[in-house]
Amino acid sequence: MTAVSAPQAMPLQAERSDAQSDAASLPATVVRSYWQSVGYRLRHDPATLVFAAIVLAIVLAAIFAPLIAPYDPLKESIIGRLKPFGWRGHLLGTDDLGRDMLSRLLYGGRVALLMGVVPVLIASAVGGTLGVFGGFVGGWVNTATMRTMDVFYAFPSVLLAVAIAGAMGGGIANGMIALTLVFIPPICRVAETATTQVRSLDFIEAARASGARPLTIIRHHVLGNVLGPVFIYASSLVSVSMLLASGLSFLGLGVRPPTPDWGLMLSTLRQSIWVVPWVCALPGLAIFITSVCFNLVSDGLRAAMDVRM
Amino acid sequence: MSPAIAAAAPSAAPNGSPTGNPTGSPSGDPRDRGGPRQPLLIATDLHKHFAVKGGRGKVVRAVDGVSFTVRKGETLGVVGESGCGKSTLARLLLHLIAPDTGELVFDGDTVGAPRGIAVSQLRRQVQMVFQDSYSSLNPRMPVRDSVAFGPFVQGARKPEARDIARRMLGQVGLDADLFGPRYPHELSGGQKQRVNIARALATGPRMVVLDEPVSALDKSVEAQVLNLLLDLKHRFGLTYLFISHDLSVVRYIADRVLVMYLGRVVELGPSESLFRRPLHPYTQALLASRPSMDPARRIEEPPISGDPPNPIDPPSGCRFHTRCPFAEAVCAARDPLLPAAVGADAHAADAHAAACHIQDPASGHSLAAHPQAPEAPPLAAAGTLGHA
Repeated sequence: MTAVSAPQAMPLQAERSDAQSDAASLPATVVRSYWQSVGYRLRHDPATLVFAAIVLAIVLAAIFAPLIAPYDPLKESIIGRLKPFGWRGHLLGTDDLGRDMLSRLLYGGRVALLMGVVPVLIASAVGGTLGVFGGFVGGWVNTATMRTMDVFYAFPSVLLAVAIAGAMGGGIANGMIALTLVFIPPICRVAETATTQVRSLDFIEAARASGARPLTIIRHHVLGNVLGPVFIYASSLVSVSMLLASGLSFLGLGVRPPTPDWGLMLSTLRQSIWVVPWVCALPGLAIFITSVCFNLVSDGLRAAMDVRM
Repeated sequence: MSPAIAAAAPSAAPNGSPTGNPTGSPSGDPRDRGGPRQPLLIATDLHKHFAVKGGRGKVVRAVDGVSFTVRKGETLGVVGESGCGKSTLARLLLHLIAPDTGELVFDGDTVGAPRGIAVSQLRRQVQMVFQDSYSSLNPRMPVRDSVAFGPFVQGARKPEARDIARRMLGQVGLDADLFGPRYPHELSGGQKQRVNIARALATGPRMVVLDEPVSALDKSVEAQVLNLLLDLKHRFGLTYLFISHDLSVVRYIADRVLVMYLGRVVELGPSESLFRRPLHPYTQALLASRPSMDPARRIEEPPISGDPPNPIDPPSGCRFHTRCPFAEAVCAARDPLLPAAVGADAHAADAHAAACHIQDPASGHSLAAHPQAPEAPPLAAAGTLGHA
């Protein structure tokens, strides 16, 4: 059950080709398949397209950082410390150890995106599965699952992430595990709510009346209605995850120096804010732009994927 | 829309059975085991109580000892106020909710018994159409996939299921190319209910439980869908259990009618006889509460007032005695029984009986001495005494 990657795993839609040939015999009516109509709505939403392009650019820049970066992000320079934009070919200046800011930002994006996406993906799979099964089975199974999740709600998410990462020791892997654990309860709750709503509708009862087993009903009738809300919620968590990861790095619980990471860079450069203010603001700006664009793209996708619009 | 389906208003239709041949079973169905005289469905003493949340062991007696038979090829109407257990009864018949106690016999086979048929087998032969045409279709699925789902689940390959869905959409008067790829929100209420009917028929059931299938539709569409149902019944040799609170609709479509009150059957009889001469005071009040088309016969007072008593704690004795204009001491003391012969004996085609002490000369009710029930209840008395 991969929750986020396949937001609209609808059954019986594999035979799109014959459906289209049926539709072709009726020239008077425009019949689009589901994904065709999603694409159509996306093409007519320029704002989402622009933000998606920015997200894509950030992702590509992170992936191809070794090819794009003008300098080695770890190469220090005693004389070239805290220089402003454009100093001797350093387009975005240098940091407190004289390392090239542009290169470090590009490499830092890799960590930021990894910390943003991976915990959310894992938490969606785990939390989504728990929520869907709990919501569909109902009864004491659901109560036990959701009350367990409620225990996590007793702590603010930042505190919880810091506590778990602190207890396990720092590092990227432990930071990811901490963030995953933080995100499982809210995703589980969204999936459970959506499933409970769907479960009480007559079409689930009709599916049972036609002899379908619970797993078949979940696959064909529940997931299509639950993955949408879960996907939208999860995509909004990507930016939260990036921010929390930056916070962990800032506190020294995430990425360790000298690995470039936006949160860590923000943390170390804040002492130099009076020397080169704009250079020091860059990592924060990168976090801000990436998280805002992720949010806006997920919003646009939600609108495009809603069949009722 | 099929032009062959006339849009006749239900009230304009002739009384009684418009389907004819109520006992004739569809010939040639290989699944027919008992022959035409074997009732398709026998329900015996069905009980379903729901626990009340935080009610310390209190239960809602939604269905409380219901017995009846459905004959092959007939339409059995079920009427009653909201909350009387009609929908619970429908769900019990498909084992969507398991009954607490009671027995279901489908074409001679006991459902769920070791030698009978399994629930999964029952669901291959009985299907259901729900009242809410929108929520009974998956909003994220094109309607042809909703129709194809049943055959697919029951073992058809996807292309076959698709074919069946196309055919069934055609059978209910919808162009499969035009409407099949659409989503439920893109269809009107009548079209959605047609899709629901196609979905129910796609698995080839012998009996269809229709739970208020036309209540949410406006009058002209209602008539079209009713005629479609009658048409399909003939075409596929179906048996219907038709639940409704609309007496005109039931009179139009049903061969026999079962009246429910607070989880019990209070009256059961052939449609024509029941509407002409209702035996139970509750049925009489229901019939009198229909708005009259004749201005001279309009009534000021409702013949029955107040809500039904709480099914958590139903009245003692006859459950209707709190609202009944003829209630006497015996009604609060003893529970009147529906004469068992009507429920069990499928051969008594025109048996008509009510669970009322007035119908039982041995009950001690002052009106029971008269062999005939009062033709119509004194309405003013019903209006003043009817408070629960």
